[in-house]
Parts: sequence; structure tokens; C-alpha cells
Amino acid sequence: MTNDSPRENRHQLTSITRRTFVAAAGAAGAVAGASPFSVIHAQGAALKVGVLLPRSGVQAGIGQDCHRGVGITGDILKGLGLPPLEIMNGDTESSPDVARARAERLINEGAQLLVGAFDSGQSTAIAQVAEQKGIPFVINIAAAPPITEQGYKFVFRNFPTAPMILSDAFANQKEVFTATGMAPKSVVFMHVNDTFGTSMAGAIGGLFSKFGMPYTIAETMAYDPAARDLSVEVAKAKATGADGLLLVSRLNDAVLLTRELVKQRWTPTAILSMGPGWYEDQYLKTLGKLADGPISFVPWFDPNKKLSQQLEAALAKAHPGINLNTNHIFTFEALLVAADAYKRAGSTDPKALADAIRTTNIKDNASIGPGISFDAKGQNVTLKNAAIQNRGGKLVTVAPSAAANAKPELPVAPYDKR
Amino acid sequence: MIATLVADVPRRGLVLLLLLLAALVAAPLLVNDYLLTVLILILYFAYAGQAWNIMMGFAGQLSLGHALYVGLGAYTAAALFFHFGLSPWISLPLALAVSGLVGAIMGLLAFRFGVAGVYFAILTIAVAEFARIGFDHWSWVGGSAGLFVPVANYTQNDLWTLRGSPRMFYYVILALTVLALLVCRLLLKSRAGYYWQAIREDEDAARALGVNTFRYKMYAVVLSAAMTSLAGIFFAFYYNNLFPEQVFTIGRSIELILGPIIGGLGTLIGPIVGAFLITGLAEALHEAMLRIGIDVPGAKQVFYGVCLLVVVMALPHGVWPPLRRLLGLDPKTSGKGKA
Amino acid sequence: MPAEIYLNVAVNGLLTGLVYGLMALGLSVIFGVVRVVNFAHGEMMALAMYATVAAFTSLGLDPFLMLVPVAAALFVLGYALQAGVINPFINRPEHSQFMLLVAVAIILVNIQLIVFGPDARSVQTSYSFDSFQIGKLIVDASKVYAAATALLIAGALFAFFRFTILGKAIRACADNYAGALVVGLDVKRLYALTFGIGAACVGAAGVMLSLVIDVTPSLGPAYTLLAFVIVITGGLGSMPGALLGGVLVGLTEALAGLFYTPSAKGMFAFGLLVLVLLFRPQGILGKKLG
Repeated sequence: MTNDSPRENRHQLTSITRRTFVAAAGAAGAVAGASPFSVIHAQGAALKVGVLLPRSGVQAGIGQDCHRGVGITGDILKGLGLPPLEIMNGDTESSPDVARARAERLINEGAQLLVGAFDSGQSTAIAQVAEQKGIPFVINIAAAPPITEQGYKFVFRNFPTAPMILSDAFANQKEVFTATGMAPKSVVFMHVNDTFGTSMAGAIGGLFSKFGMPYTIAETMAYDPAARDLSVEVAKAKATGADGLLLVSRLNDAVLLTRELVKQRWTPTAILSMGPGWYEDQYLKTLGKLADGPISFVPWFDPNKKLSQQLEAALAKAHPGINLNTNHIFTFEALLVAADAYKRAGSTDPKALADAIRTTNIKDNASIGPGISFDAKGQNVTLKNAAIQNRGGKLVTVAPSAAANAKPELPVAPYDKR
Repeated sequence: MIATLVADVPRRGLVLLLLLLAALVAAPLLVNDYLLTVLILILYFAYAGQAWNIMMGFAGQLSLGHALYVGLGAYTAAALFFHFGLSPWISLPLALAVSGLVGAIMGLLAFRFGVAGVYFAILTIAVAEFARIGFDHWSWVGGSAGLFVPVANYTQNDLWTLRGSPRMFYYVILALTVLALLVCRLLLKSRAGYYWQAIREDEDAARALGVNTFRYKMYAVVLSAAMTSLAGIFFAFYYNNLFPEQVFTIGRSIELILGPIIGGLGTLIGPIVGAFLITGLAEALHEAMLRIGIDVPGAKQVFYGVCLLVVVMALPHGVWPPLRRLLGLDPKTSGKGKA
Repeated sequence: MPAEIYLNVAVNGLLTGLVYGLMALGLSVIFGVVRVVNFAHGEMMALAMYATVAAFTSLGLDPFLMLVPVAAALFVLGYALQAGVINPFINRPEHSQFMLLVAVAIILVNIQLIVFGPDARSVQTSYSFDSFQIGKLIVDASKVYAAATALLIAGALFAFFRFTILGKAIRACADNYAGALVVGLDVKRLYALTFGIGAACVGAAGVMLSLVIDVTPSLGPAYTLLAFVIVITGGLGSMPGALLGGVLVGLTEALAGLFYTPSAKGMFAFGLLVLVLLFRPQGILGKKLG
């Protein structure tokens, strides 16, 4: 990413991160940046894709992380022989109203396909616009089941719903327990009380008994995702006498929970997370060697797939020190779906694009599972979770065995002996 | 009644107002869908601002938690539609009653116990936050997982179940905004309106003159709450999903009151002018950022904050009073009259 | 549940509450004298936390070393804010002051987002993960340090207002605005000083809180609200009240989390506030409303 002549380069810059922006602006002493309509690579007629992400407001962290996935997409698509995309960025400011207005605005500016928006509420707002306009909308991340149950014809989701994530998590947990020869006897199920957390908690009742898990759930505890202090929560969990933790968290609370575990001198034998937080870069960076041990059962990439390795390399080049994760993968795959559909449709007509997306059959992808295809509701039901473990500040995939690159390790090493 | 409505409104003002109305009625034929979305947002804020203005602008009771009533209206109508398929128009009386009742209870307690000024404002925030966490835990309305209103069709406009195109929603909110303006005009010219203004200017003096200040403050709270909940019904059926975290948050309450304060507190046109300015400003800044090529998340909001700061500092009474003078619309009959 | 959990949770709530109290103290001081409600309070605290984190990560300075510099920096900021922006608003109605500070808050939050990015930042000292064990009681070391500092600062502030000439002059302004003008006090400057002192308090609280929690740009608004709940509960304008309010809120949240469900603990803090407002509108230790 060069910044020698911002004026001329505006339209060729792939994307620009906040950090480089600040650095560039500071160095040049001038306001320079990428045009929001940056062309990913400029040859042939590009498909105009509106990318809507919460890049400011309360979800800014995740939105900006997803945006990193957008930045590394262009060259990889080109390598796959796919037609170019012209990315048009829209910041939803973490609000459904703004998301809706931005979607309208991007379509008005000529966007032929929409991608976004991480959050279920914002995605629903965008889905309505897309549906009214007949513009295909590919959801990168959002797990609330109702989105694909509304009978939408132009909305596609290449991300598992909460029940899918849970089923896979249980299946992978059993695999992990078999491989390590140990399992917790009882766990405390702690989940954030937000859209994702309650969707997961709602689905657990039926699925838990179906899978015949080796552990019992001693107590279920919902907590505030914006909690300032989680000491009571941990004290309460510890007092149940359970030896494992089953979690659905976000980032900040995952860090807070870990700190409390250390301070309250309790190392559960197994820390099993079924959502974000425990594997994220910020978690690893903040907690250092205290971050090791937890296993996350989440939608993930298959480290053995060629595309995953390309993405890892591209991300390492563009953003050194940032590990490839769910946010990048599924944002990338949403764009992959777009480019693939554009190639097969051979036209930018939204209806032709939607028809092409409906018949998507991508085998060469990055996420775990046989590939990308959509059912009649627009949902990819073939997606699979992975189990990933934090080890030595890195992430290794420990299940399913087909996508694993390491063996799981349990129990978690005591926090006071690291 | 019509005579009361137009009495001592300068003819020029009336003409301008009718022109604006004509432009707004014709707008969907002239503007693109994006601008239509922005206009819907503007009218939504104009309507809700007008409702809030009754309590603060007319009667001087500062509420910083009006998202509470938006949320109550939204959830009442959406939950009844979701569970029983009831039309929002059937749920409407119930939604108004629920909001009015909650407003009445809060007013009753606050005014009886002498909670006023900043304390009253904080009380309104506290109750709204209380409701937010409460709804987060109420699974019948979806809890924090959200309530999704089923979206059946977009091809046909169905006013009865409020399912349809943005154009239909635009006319609904336009009608509500016009209605709110007329109601507020009548209110201001009524006995209650004069009592409210007396309470706003000096409550003790009003009481000394024999105004039952408690009763009239209660009227203002209940009326304002009920009217605001109507905005909530619109919100629920326009966006089709509700999350307590999104609906009841203090940020929503602040959003609602920016318009009337910037536009001109206690005036009838202020909330409308304010809504245009506030939403217009946000969109214009977005546009300007695009043109200059700044794509830094957060930069728009910084400029937005600076604009607010400048307006508040430069125009203590909001934009409308000086604008009204500029347009030569100051009513001649009374120095401090509200047009 | 084993019996020691009640004690553990109560002690934790008490310590957390004291730190909350220190943060709210600043708000209380400002309101008690200037009669302006600082709606940008949490945002200012987040700024102090960022300063602490930046000093720690780039220079390796321990947060305790940053206590005085950050408080001083916030004092300057507060002084400038009052002298430059808020003073003209002293006699304006509440909603006008509210708008002004909301605008300041929006600006602060988003500047923090642009400069520091959206990710949570934290200070990782050698004692970050320490805890003391006394029998079955386990106490978080950082919270003990932070709570002790909070008490010290509150004590110093109390002494300042009670025993120094300047402190007395400021109190005179608060008690009788017209009287203070008559005896020739420079009220505008005293207001700016007070705002500065309040901001310094917030700065100190931010430094201490950075030991306990991570800072993000969106932290500000949540803490503004928390500070309100605390000072209104304890009594706006009352310094001991702010600490008491902090402790009450800390304890309420901790116990609600223990006995009810943790996700609803915030509801109990707001419930407490509503009850206090109704039965003692001036707050537990507040002066009777005029």
C-alpha cells in the first residue's frame, strides 16, 4: 500500500486501514485517504459491491476487523480467475437505521450486490431494502435464525445459525473428549445476554439431551455483554463445584472472565467456548500466556485448504501480527460468492446475479465443510464448525479431524503454574 | 376549530407551510429511494420530537428517557401482531394506554414526591434503562434475542397490517407529522396550553394564580407519552425487528430530543426544522466525506458533534426563532408568541 | 452455595463501589458548585484511561506514577472546557447545558475511536493478576489498591474544601452565588477551577480503573450513566454521598448478581436510584432541595 501521491492513487488503493491512515495523515500533514469507492483491481467491468459493516459505534472493533477481510480479497479473487469487484464501503455506525439508509444510498449509487453486516439487527434492516429493490444481499456474519426464515428471495447467508453452531460444537466436543481421554463431569453454562447469546441459550435445551454429552450442566448463567465487573459471576460459577466452563462470550467479557478466574484462583479443567472472544487476537495479546488452554467451537477456516493458506499469507502481509479469524474468512467468502455468481451470470443484472447465487456450488473455499451452496431459504446448511485451541499464543485446529492440524490438550494448565 | 388553527398565523407563514406540505406530498414522485428513506427518518424524528416537545417545550418537564415510550409502543403492537396477528390499528389504543399509564405512574410519583429539574430528567433515564434490562429478560417478546415482525409481502401495500413499500410508510409518517402539528397547535391555544406555559415559565407563580400545576403536568406527561408510543408502532413495523438494546437505549432518547432542541424548544415548527437539520446534517456530512475521500470511521461523528456544539453556542433558543424573524413571520400580536 | 461466597462477593462489591465512587466524586463536585451536569463525564474518564494505557505501553510507566500527571492533564482540560465553553452556559436552562455536553461527549468518543482504534486497551502490570487470600476470603489486589487510593483522594479533596482558602471560596460560590459576587470573588474563575478539580478527580479515577478494566471508546457513555446513578443515589453535590453511592451501587450489583441473575444486575442499580429519588429526592446524604 503506497501513499506517495494520494491524489493520483486514490482510486487504485485497495483499502486503507485506520492505522496507515493516521500514519499517512500524520506524515503528510494532510488529509488523505482511500476513496470509499476503491476498485479492487481495475480491469474489465467490475461488479459494484456495497459492503456494509459497523465500523464505528459499539461494534466498531468487529466491523473494522471484518473490513480487513475485504482488503485482502482483491488479489486472491484475481488469482482464482474471477472477475473484479468494485467495493463501495458503507459504515452502519452499529445502528439499524443507519444501516438501512446506507443500503439505500449504496444501491442508489449503483451497487449491484450488497454484503454485510455482522450484526443480526443491521442485517435484517439491510435485507428488507435488498428484498424491496431486488438486489442480492450476501450476509457475511449474523447467526439469528429468523433472518433466513422470512421467505426472502434475495438474501443469502453463508454463516451457520445458532442451532447449527451448537450441534457442531457438541459433536466436536465429543471428539475432543475422546482424543484427550478426559471430559469435565459438570459445567457451568455462562452466556452473554445479547442476540447471539440468547439464540444459543434458546437452542441448547433440545440439543443437549440429543447429543448425550458426558457432562451435566450444573447451572446456566446469563450475564450482561457490557458488564463492567464479572467477579460475582465467576465466584458464583466456582461455588457450584463444577469443573468445566461452557461459554458464549464476546471479547471484553472473555478477557474479564479470564482475569477473574486467575484472581479467584480457579482453573476449570476445560474451558469450552461456543462463540467469539476466547480465540480473538486481542484476547491472546492482552492475556499472554494466560490465554492458553481454552477451546473454541466456532465457524472457522480449514487450515489445510489452499485458499485458507492464501488468506493467511495475504493477511500476514497486509496486517502483520493479526491472526486470520472468522471475521476475515466469512467476509471474504461473501465476496467470493459475489464474484463467483457474477462470473457465472455474465451480467450485472441483480436478478441474474441472484439466480446465479442460488445455484452457487463453490468447492474451493476456505471455511470448513464441503463448500458453499444455498438451500431454498438462502442458507448455507453445509457449513461446519471447528474446534480451535489457544496454544503458545497461536491458534491450532484440533477438531474435526479432517480439518485439524494439531491434537487437543486437556486439562487446562493451572493458571498459577505458568 | 379551523379558525383556532389558523388564527393569528401570518398569511405568509400559512402559505409557506402549505407549500412545504405540497412539496412533501409530492416528494415520493420526485426523489430517489435513498432520499425517500432519509425523508422518512426526518419525519419520524419530527413527529417524535413534536411529541416530546409537549412535555418539555410546553410544560417544561425535561425527559431524557423518551425512548421508553417509543419502545413500549413498538413492543406492544409488534408483540400482538407477532403472537396473534392483530393489526397495529387494533393494538393502537392499547399501546397508547400502556405508555400513558407508565407516564402517569412516573409523573404521579415524581410530582407527588417533588422530583424536579435534573432529578426528574435522571429519573426518566433510570426508568428507561430499567425497562431496557427488563425487556432483555422477557422471553415472550423475544428477550435480548430480538422480536422479528414477520415480513410477508412487499408487492402490495396493506395499510391495515402496515405491510408495504417505503412509499406507504412515508405517507403514514407524513400524515402523523401533520396530525401532530395540528394537535399541538390546538393544545397550545387551549386552556391547558396557556397553563403549561405558565408552569414552564414559573411554576410557583402559576400555582399562586390557582393553576392546578400537578394536574396539568400530568396531562403533559401522559399526552406526550401516548403520542410518542405511536412513533414506536411506526418504528416496529417499518424496521420489522426490535431489540431492547437498540430501542430503549439512552442514545435513542438523545436522538429524539436533538431535533426539537436544535430546532427551537416550545415552538411548533422547531421540531420539524430541527429534524430536517439534524438528519440532513448527518447525511450531508456523509456525502461531504465521500466527496473529499475521507473514509475514517468516527470522523463524521466528530464533525457532527462540532456542528451541534456551534449551533448550541450560537443559537441558545434554537434555529427556528431567528429563522422565523428572518422570514418575517414573527406574530405581531404577542412578543413571545409561538408560530 | 458455600458460605464464604457471600463474604467474597460483598467485599468485592464494596471495593468496586469505592472506585466507582471516586469516579462519581468528580461529577458531584462539579454539580455541587457549578450546577452543571457533566454529560461528558464517562468520556473524560475514558480519555484518562487511554492516557494511562499509552504511558504504560509506550514508556512502561506504572499507573500509580501516572496518577498525578493524568490528574493534572485532566485538570487543565476541565479548566479550559469550563472557561472556554461552559461558562457562557451557566445561566442557561438545563436542556441547553445538556445539549452542549452531549456534543462534547460525541466529539470525545469519536476522537478516541479515530486515535486509539476500536479494540480494548489494557494495562498489564506485574501485580495485575494478584489476589490476597485471607482464610477463605479471596480479594483482588488491584481493586484493593484502587479502593485505597480512592479513599485517599476523597480525603484530600475533603480537606481541600474544608481547610484551604481556595476551597472555602469555592464553597462560598456554591452556597451563595450572588453573595460570592458581592464580596468580590471571581466566580467565573472559581467555576473553571472547580470544573478542573472535578475533572482531575475523574482523571485519577480513570487511572485507577485502568487497573481493573479495559478501555474502549464506547466505555464513556456507560460510565456517564453509572456516575449519575451513583451521585443521585448518594446525593448530588455531596462528597461523602458520592462514595456512599458508589459503595451502595457496587454492593447492589454484586448481591443482585449473586441472588438473582447476573445479566439483570444493572436493573437493580437503576431500581435503587428510582427508590432513592422517590423517597429521598435529594439523595441519601444530599442537602434538602430548595
